[in-house]
Amino acid sequence: MAVTSETLTTNRDRLSLLRTKITEPFVLVPVLGWFFGALVAVLLEQLIGLPLARALGTPRIPALFGIVIALQKPALIPSAFLYDLLIYVLPIALVAKLSASPVNWLAARLFNFRSWVSVLLHILLLYIILHIWSDINDYRLLVVRLILVAIIWTLSLNVINGYMGEFSCSHPGFIALGAYGASVFTVGLFVNDNILGAAILPESMARFMFPIGLILGGAIASLGAIIVAIPSFKTRGDYLAIISLAFMFMVKSLLENLEVVGGARGLGGQPDLATLPTVFIWTILGIWIMNNFVRSTLGKALNAVRDGEIAADAMTVNTRRTKFTAFLFGAFWAGVAGGLFAHVIRYVNPSMFGIQMLAENLAMVYFGGLNSVQGSIVGAVSINLLGEALRPLEIYKWLVIPLLLIIVMIRRPTGLISFTTFDFTTLIKPKQKPTGEV
Amino acid sequence: MALLKVDHMTHFFGGLKAVNDYNLEIEPGQVRGLIGPNGAGKTTIFNLITGIYKPTEGEITLEDQQIVGLQPHQIASMGLARTFQNLRLWRHMTVLEHVKLARYSKIQYGLIGAFFGTAERHREEDENERIALDLLEMVGIPQHANQVVTNLPYGAQRRVEMARALAIEPKILFLDEPTAGMNPEELEQMMQIVRQVHEELGMAIFLIEHRMRVVMELCEVIQTLVFGKVIAEGGPEEIRNNPAVIEAYLGQEVVT
Repeated sequence: MAVTSETLTTNRDRLSLLRTKITEPFVLVPVLGWFFGALVAVLLEQLIGLPLARALGTPRIPALFGIVIALQKPALIPSAFLYDLLIYVLPIALVAKLSASPVNWLAARLFNFRSWVSVLLHILLLYIILHIWSDINDYRLLVVRLILVAIIWTLSLNVINGYMGEFSCSHPGFIALGAYGASVFTVGLFVNDNILGAAILPESMARFMFPIGLILGGAIASLGAIIVAIPSFKTRGDYLAIISLAFMFMVKSLLENLEVVGGARGLGGQPDLATLPTVFIWTILGIWIMNNFVRSTLGKALNAVRDGEIAADAMTVNTRRTKFTAFLFGAFWAGVAGGLFAHVIRYVNPSMFGIQMLAENLAMVYFGGLNSVQGSIVGAVSINLLGEALRPLEIYKWLVIPLLLIIVMIRRPTGLISFTTFDFTTLIKPKQKPTGEV
Repeated sequence: MALLKVDHMTHFFGGLKAVNDYNLEIEPGQVRGLIGPNGAGKTTIFNLITGIYKPTEGEITLEDQQIVGLQPHQIASMGLARTFQNLRLWRHMTVLEHVKLARYSKIQYGLIGAFFGTAERHREEDENERIALDLLEMVGIPQHANQVVTNLPYGAQRRVEMARALAIEPKILFLDEPTAGMNPEELEQMMQIVRQVHEELGMAIFLIEHRMRVVMELCEVIQTLVFGKVIAEGGPEEIRNNPAVIEAYLGQEVVT
């Protein structure tokens, strides 16, 4: 016994030693440095991606880091691995490491000039990276947009389930309301449709009216959320979960039976408005506003309601107003995400917004981490990427992902990154050598 | 004029008369105590006045305003703060966040400020943070400001509750067994804090306590509650020598 435990500790020591060895050279790399690395990598892929992929024996550029190729043809695993190494890992690592000190200087200059300018530049750079990366093929473009949309709805579910600690199952209902609300707005106004009639306004105006459609979708979702918010004043936990689940089914059957919006056949023909820049801007806006909210005292009240409602009430917190705000606010962003989703897919039908979507939503929130903006981003990105990359496994995909979720839940019951505060300005600060060390 | 006045308050839990014809008048700046054996209904009285329960009968007025039927948060915002017997802290929040949150009713920036991080919001949040840090300084735990409460020792958690209640800027402070479970050293510090709150802030205090020393030293007027009924009311000396109180409550202490 003694020997085993000893080997275990040495193994663990070795593992942590290995980890420090890998991360140690990169401690001083600022976020800007990583972005530069990623920029070089995506440019490199744009330039030599295809020849390299052909030379390595894969017919096209691997769409999602070669995982799909590796799963379809195990013989190509080494090529996919080599491709990732040459295109992504090595350039990013090299550029990040080598440019660390000049980039740190640059980041410091930017940061000291105006921190918001620095923030905007980082966001712009991130957009450029995503744009170039998704330029390779339409599939990537679709995946990126779906991930960005998923970030919004994961974060909005986190506001209710994580920050306020109510187990709400109504999110697909909110997303559906938003998706249909925005779709009816754009299809009804700008498209000649069998169900909703001829276009009223020229399609060239659609681009400018799209935000109104999204906000309208969000507002409809918020209205729907009142049905869940009012029972939440008196019930909590399991009972509210059941009520919110009932709401989800209500929305679904309502849409199935509403012939005006196509009934069970669904509603299609949405104009192509949810382009990458549009989705990106809405995602950034959503993260910014939701993060602002949860960091304010009014948002902290959600945490107090979660951790002790009686104490919150005794400390002057208006618990009803807090719950009402949280549900309506979460539902609004779910609705906006739904509107974007409908215009990315350009078709909606009621069966999309069922238990399957609820399960994926909850998985993203709980996998990524409760009460955490970073967690929601990580959760949405990883579950979506996994879902796409493991597509070749077909039905077994839904064996692998849940299993992964169970393992994460055992190791970290509140998710990968939970109970944190997200501050982008701190994140992009230049890195400095820790003082007091040689 | 009494700051807080409770008039003929009675409360039933089902068929049980938990509080029987209870009366109370607290003057501004007064320190009052409520003692009684376990299960006498002391905490129930706190819960009735602070609005967690609604009394079956009786009237409660705070500065001549009727408060029966109001929500607890409304009563608290009117200037009645409390601490809890079994600490009710928010386990995932830091000490500073606790104290800042008790400033909730003072916030003016509204949802627009919360969503878009306006200058007004930053000004108010900074102001509240400064007040919160001052209060933490006062109760002697400024070094714990950014720690999550569950990591703190018990005595420090009690002080967080105290600072949080003070952040409401109450006119009257209800303390439910502020020294329960404390060691002699922590007890001494807590009594010092209560005295300080009373003297520096001139706050009226109403406290439930089991330790006779604390009650006798701090309170000007003490009520003794047995089975939901006040059997004696008076100064510390009076209570100490009241035969009914000795019989009901202090009996054993006198013998030893």
